Amino acid sequence: MSKPRNYQTEAIIIKKTKLGEADRILTLYTPHLGKIQAVAKGVRRPRSKLAGHLELLTHSQVSLARGRNLDTVTGSQTINSFLPLKSELELTAYALYTIELVDQFTADQIENYPLFQLLLETMHRLCQAGDNELVLRYFELHLLNEVGYRPQLQQCVSCRSTLEPVTNSFCSSTGGILCPNCQQTQPLTYPLSVNALKVLRLLQSSDYTTAGKLKINPELSRELAEVMKDYVKYLLERELKSAAWLDTLRK
Amino acid sequence: MNQNLIPAAEAVSKLIQEFSKLPGIGPKSAQRLTYYLLRAPDEQAKLLAGALLSIKQKITLCSICFNVTESEPCLICRSDQRDRNKICIVEQPQDILALEHTRIYNGLYHVLHGAISPTEGVGVDDVRIKELMNRLQDGSIDELILATNPTLEGEQTAMYLNKLIFPLGIRVTRLARGLPFGTELEYADDVTLTHAIEGRQEF
Repeated sequence: MSKPRNYQTEAIIIKKTKLGEADRILTLYTPHLGKIQAVAKGVRRPRSKLAGHLELLTHSQVSLARGRNLDTVTGSQTINSFLPLKSELELTAYALYTIELVDQFTADQIENYPLFQLLLETMHRLCQAGDNELVLRYFELHLLNEVGYRPQLQQCVSCRSTLEPVTNSFCSSTGGILCPNCQQTQPLTYPLSVNALKVLRLLQSSDYTTAGKLKINPELSRELAEVMKDYVKYLLERELKSAAWLDTLRK
Repeated sequence: MNQNLIPAAEAVSKLIQEFSKLPGIGPKSAQRLTYYLLRAPDEQAKLLAGALLSIKQKITLCSICFNVTESEPCLICRSDQRDRNKICIVEQPQDILALEHTRIYNGLYHVLHGAISPTEGVGVDDVRIKELMNRLQDGSIDELILATNPTLEGEQTAMYLNKLIFPLGIRVTRLARGLPFGTELEYADDVTLTHAIEGRQEF
């Protein structure tokens, strides 16, 4: 048998499942290998050298050994532990939502460097004081760009006409905005206010330095959260588990 | 393929099958255990069978602290030797055994039977938080010790409980997080070291 090949990569730990008595299977999101799974042996023992470097929401340098089935983690060194994300209830919930989205929207071993970058930047943004709901909306829209579900916000998805500044509708099944005339042609549409459409367009087309300056009132923020939640739910055909937890905390 | 293969005696293969349903036991381990028992004295098999039956028949959850118990309420909850003003909150019954082994804690316990884990869909109603809140109603408790695991899920649970309980005016403490005994500093992760430095104490 040929010797297992070792390799190293940066990674953000986005999922963990228990395996056997003291092991875990980790899902790692990496800049150049995409999403990979690896076994971390013995990390549930208290004296494990690796455990602290392989907790969820940690950005680490990871050494792996190729295995027949799954690769094994042989070493790990934290790059950024994102301590603020782990010491505040709401922040943890926001951050868990971002990693669950990445896990759900990506397939194994498909490189997507911009998405890795986006996730890392989003985790940094959540650590800083600011409008965390806005950070999430920016993350959602840009994640959808990266994975090929960019919603059409410029013209009516049905008749291609330019949208008027009136209350239009967001339609999850066609992935975009319907003008009032076409609204009846599709089931499952949600009214979208003029301001909400403006915010979505700005978030979609600009970088965070511009978009992050937006000031959004709670009502508008809730409307945007609902629209994005429905769209994500339609695309994944299921409710995100961490979204339910976010809802519990928002109450 | 192996159509002419002679199977093991029925009773033997049945036991192998049952053993391999247990966590961490594969088909080969199940086989080894079965053939070991086959050769072992009758007495040993009877003791094992008896022990298996009694955990299902005699053991229930204590209605106060939800620890596993043979008596209702459990020995800790009914003891008058213990400090009834403190509750230590743990994730699973095994954690109580570990804490009791230290002989340093003399209060009561509360077993949550899990930890809030948003990514696995374990929510507030899936662990015994409501039952804990009911226990706090009578005002006799003056300290709650959060002894959930120092993992992301344990921390979430601890922070959530703190948020619920803080307004009640009860003192809430968290087990210290730092370096485990017998390890080396060099291998410690950032989070542990940060907590260790922040939580340092006078010598």
